[in-house]
Amino acid sequence: MSTLLTCENVTKRFGGLLAVDNASLTVEAGSITGLIGPNGAGKTTLFTMISGFAEPTSGRVMFEGRDITALPAHIRAAQGIARTFQIVQPFAGLSVHENIAVGAYLRHAGRTEAMDKAEAVAREVGLDAMLAQPAGALTVAGRKRLELARALATEPRLLLLDEVLAGLNPSEIRDMIPVLQAIRSRGVTILIVEHVMQAVMQLCDTVYVLAQGRMIASGAPGEVAHDQGVVEAYLGHGAARKMQAHHEAKS
Amino acid sequence: MLKLDIFLSALANGLLTGAVYALIALGLTLIYGVLHIINFAHGATLTLAMFAVFVMHSAFKIDPYIAIFMLTPLFFGVGYLLQRLVINPASHGDDSNILLVTLGLSIIFENGLLAIFRSDTRSIDVPYGFDVIEVGNLFLSTPKVIAFVAAFAVAAALWLLLARTDTGKAIRAVAKEKTGAALCGMDVEHIYAVTFGLGTACLAIAACLLMPTFLVNPRIGNAFVLVAFTIVVLGGMGSIGGALAGGLIIGVVESLSGLYFGESLGQIGIFLIFLIVLLFRPTGLFGAKA
Amino acid sequence: MRTGLPVSLVIVVALLAALPLAFTANTMLNFLTFVMIVTLAAQGWNLLAGFGGQFSFGHAAFFGMGAYAMAILQVRYGINAWLALPLAMALGAVVGFFLGFLSFRAQLRGSYFALVTLAFAEVFRILANASSFTNGAAGILVPLKTSAADFQFADRRWFYWVALAFVALVLALTYHISRTRFGAHLVAVRENEEAARALGVDAFRTKLKAITLSGAITATAGCLYTQKFLYIDANLAFGPWISVEALLAPIIGGMGTVLGPLAGAMMLLGLGEVTKSLFAMLLGGSIPGVDLVVFGVLLILCVAFAPQGVMGAIKRFSSRGAP
Ligand SMILES: Nc1ncnc2c1ncn2[C@@H]1O[C@H](COP(=O)(O)OP(=O)(O)OP(=O)(O)O)[C@@H](O)[C@H]1O
Ligand SMILES: [Mg+2]
Repeated sequence: MSTLLTCENVTKRFGGLLAVDNASLTVEAGSITGLIGPNGAGKTTLFTMISGFAEPTSGRVMFEGRDITALPAHIRAAQGIARTFQIVQPFAGLSVHENIAVGAYLRHAGRTEAMDKAEAVAREVGLDAMLAQPAGALTVAGRKRLELARALATEPRLLLLDEVLAGLNPSEIRDMIPVLQAIRSRGVTILIVEHVMQAVMQLCDTVYVLAQGRMIASGAPGEVAHDQGVVEAYLGHGAARKMQAHHEAKS
Repeated sequence: MLKLDIFLSALANGLLTGAVYALIALGLTLIYGVLHIINFAHGATLTLAMFAVFVMHSAFKIDPYIAIFMLTPLFFGVGYLLQRLVINPASHGDDSNILLVTLGLSIIFENGLLAIFRSDTRSIDVPYGFDVIEVGNLFLSTPKVIAFVAAFAVAAALWLLLARTDTGKAIRAVAKEKTGAALCGMDVEHIYAVTFGLGTACLAIAACLLMPTFLVNPRIGNAFVLVAFTIVVLGGMGSIGGALAGGLIIGVVESLSGLYFGESLGQIGIFLIFLIVLLFRPTGLFGAKA
Repeated sequence: MRTGLPVSLVIVVALLAALPLAFTANTMLNFLTFVMIVTLAAQGWNLLAGFGGQFSFGHAAFFGMGAYAMAILQVRYGINAWLALPLAMALGAVVGFFLGFLSFRAQLRGSYFALVTLAFAEVFRILANASSFTNGAAGILVPLKTSAADFQFADRRWFYWVALAFVALVLALTYHISRTRFGAHLVAVRENEEAARALGVDAFRTKLKAITLSGAITATAGCLYTQKFLYIDANLAFGPWISVEALLAPIIGGMGTVLGPLAGAMMLLGLGEVTKSLFAMLLGGSIPGVDLVVFGVLLILCVAFAPQGVMGAIKRFSSRGAP
C-alpha cells in the first residue's frame, strides 16, 4: 500500500486554546482509517486543516506526496479531497438533485453529464427516491446521506467523513455501513471521524485516537480499544484500572 | 497665524459636529451590538425626527431644547413599535431580509416626508442660533457647544443605563447569549424592541441638538446614514467608546476636507475612510468584531 | 444552449414586441421603454444578488458609469453612439470587477457588501457632481441627431424595440447561465459558501465573474437611459433611485428567476404610475414621492409574505417539480 495522506506535527491554536497539538497521522491508499476521540478532542479541527478550511498554526499536510498545507479548499477538492460537515450544510433552497450536481460539476462541465452523475451517486447512497425534493425538507438521515452524496459526486480519492452516522438510529446505521464499504471497494480512501464504536470496529483498518489535541494512540481497532490510555481519555483518569479490577473480580 | 486660526476653528467645529454624529452612531451601534442587525432606516428616522422638531417649532413655537423631552419618549415608542410590529415579524430572522425591511422603511419615511413637505430645505429660527462663545482666538457656536456637551451627557447616561440598571443588565445578557437569556425566562423580543427604542430615541435627541444650526430636507438622511455607518465601522461595530471616538474623528475629517477640498467634496473624505476601513481592515480601528 | 429557450420566454418577448402595435400613444411608449431600461438594470442586479446572493445597494454605480460613459464618449470625444455602447458596457464590467475584487477579497458579505456598494455609488455621485470632466452639477446634454446611425430614432417604437432586444438578450443569457456550471456554482455560493468551497467551487472567482457581468448589464441600462433622454446628471446617473428600483423589481418579481426582473419592473413601474395619477386626481396636483412610498410598502410586504416574489408564487401554483 502507498500513503495517500500525511499530517506531520500539525498544530492549531485558537487564542489560548491548543485545539490540535502536534498531531501526526498517515492514511494508506485504499484504506478506511478511523479518527476517534472524546468531544472537543480536535477531530473536526484536524479535518478543517486537511480539507483547507483553516491553515495549521504549524506543521504540514501532504497529499499524494505533495505539500498542500497552503492550498485553498476548492483546489484541494479539485485534487481529490472531499469532506462532509459534521453540522450538515445543505443548499437548503435547492433540490436534492441540484445539491449533488454542484459536486458533480467539479469533473463534468456539461449540465447533462453533471445531472446524470448526480443521479448515479444518489442511487449509490440511497437518495434516488428523493431527487426532486428540496434539500431543506430532508430528515436528519436524509441530510447525512446528502452530505455524503455531494462529496462523492466530486469523485474524490480521499473522502473525509465527519460523523456521518451521528443522529441516525441503529437500523439506519446498519444501512449505511455497506454503502461506505462499497465506496471503499471502488478505490476511494476514507478517513472517518465517528463516535459510533460498533461502526468503527466494523469498518476501519486503522484507528487513530485524539484526546485534547494530542494523538495518543493508533493501531488496529481491536488493539486501540483496549489501550489503557484510550480508555482513560474517554472515561476519565483511573477508569482503566477500575475496569481491570472489575474484570479480575468477575473472573 | 491666520491660517492656523482657520485650521483650529475648522478643527473645533469638526469636533463639535462630530459629537452629534457620535450620538447618531451611538444609536446605530447599540442596535447592532444587541440585535446584530444593521438598521438601514437610521438616517431616514433621523430626518423624521428633524422634521418633528421643525414642525413643533414652526407650528407650536416649542423650542428644540424643550422638544427633547417630548420627542425622546415619542421616538422611543416609535422605535419599540417598529421593531416589534414591523421589522421583527417581516424579516423572519434573516439578515438580508432585515436589511431590506429597514431599506423599505427608509424609502417610506424619506418619500413620505417628500410628499408632505416637498423637497425644500428648511431650518428653524431660534434667537440663540448665531450666539458664539469665545475661547482664546476661537469663536464657537453656542448651540454647537451645547450639542457637544449634551451628546456626551447622553452617552454617559446610556452607559450608566447599560451598566447599572436591571434593564441594562438584561440588554447585555441578551446581546451576549440570546438563547441562554431566553432560557432564563427573559422576553428577548421585548428587550430587542427596548434596545431599538433606545437607539431611535438617541436620534430624537440628536435631531433636537442639530436643528438650531442645521438645515433639513427629506433627503438629508442619506448623507447621515453613511456617516453613521462609517463611524460605527471605524469605531468597531457595537462599541460605545468606539462610536464616540469615531464620531469625533469623522467630524474633524469632514470639517477639514471641507476646508481643503471645498464644500462639495467634503463628504468624500468620509466615504473614503469608510471604504478603506471596510476593505482593508474589516474589524475597525478599535478592534471590535465586525 | 442545447436545450433551446423555453417557449415561455419566446412568448413573453413576442408579446412585448407586439405591444407598440396596440398602444401607440407616446406616453405609453415612453413608459414601456422606461420599463425596459429598469428591467435591464434589474437583470444585472438579479444575476449578482438573486442568483449569487450578494446584495448590492449601489447598482447606481454601474448604471451611472454606463450613462456617463455613453454621454462623455459622444460629446467629448465625438465617438459614434453605437461604438460608445460597447465601450460603456466594458467600463461597467471593469467597475464591477474592481468593486468585486476589493469587496470579495476583503470577504465582505451581507450588510457590509451592501453598504460598500452604496458608498461607491455615493462617491461616484459626489465626484460626478463636482468634477468638470463630467460637467459638474449642470450635467451633460447629448445633442439631438435623429438618425438610427446615431442611436436616436425618429420613431419612438424603434427605441423601445432596441431596448427590448437588449432585455431579450439578457433573458436568454440568464436562462443559459441558470443551466450551466457557472450558474450552479453561483446559487451554491448563495445558499452556502462553505459547502460550495468544499465541493471545489472557487467562491471568489464565481462572485467576481457575477459582479463583472452584472456591472456590464446594468451599465447597458445606463447607456440606454442616456440615449433615451439625451441628458444625464449626477443624481440621475448615480442617485439612489436606480439602486432601489434595480433591487425592488427582482424582489417583487422573484429573485433568482429568469423572468423575475421583467415581471417586477412591469408591476413596480405600473403601480407607480397608477399611484401617481390617483393622487394627482384626488388632490389635484402631482405629489412627489408617493409612488416611492408605495414601493417601500411593497418591499416590506414582499419580504414578509412573498419571499420568492410573484414568479415564485406562480411557480408554486403551477409547481413543475423538475429541477
Ligand atoms: N473556530 C474556533 N475558534 C475557537 N475555538 C474552536 C474553534 N473551532 C473549534 N474550537 C475548539 O477547539 C476544540 C476542538 O474542537 P473540535 O470541534 O475540533 O472537536 P471534535 O473532536 O470535533 O469534537 P466533537 O466530537 O464534539 O465534534 C474545542 O475545544 C472547540 O471548542
Ligand atoms: Mg467534531
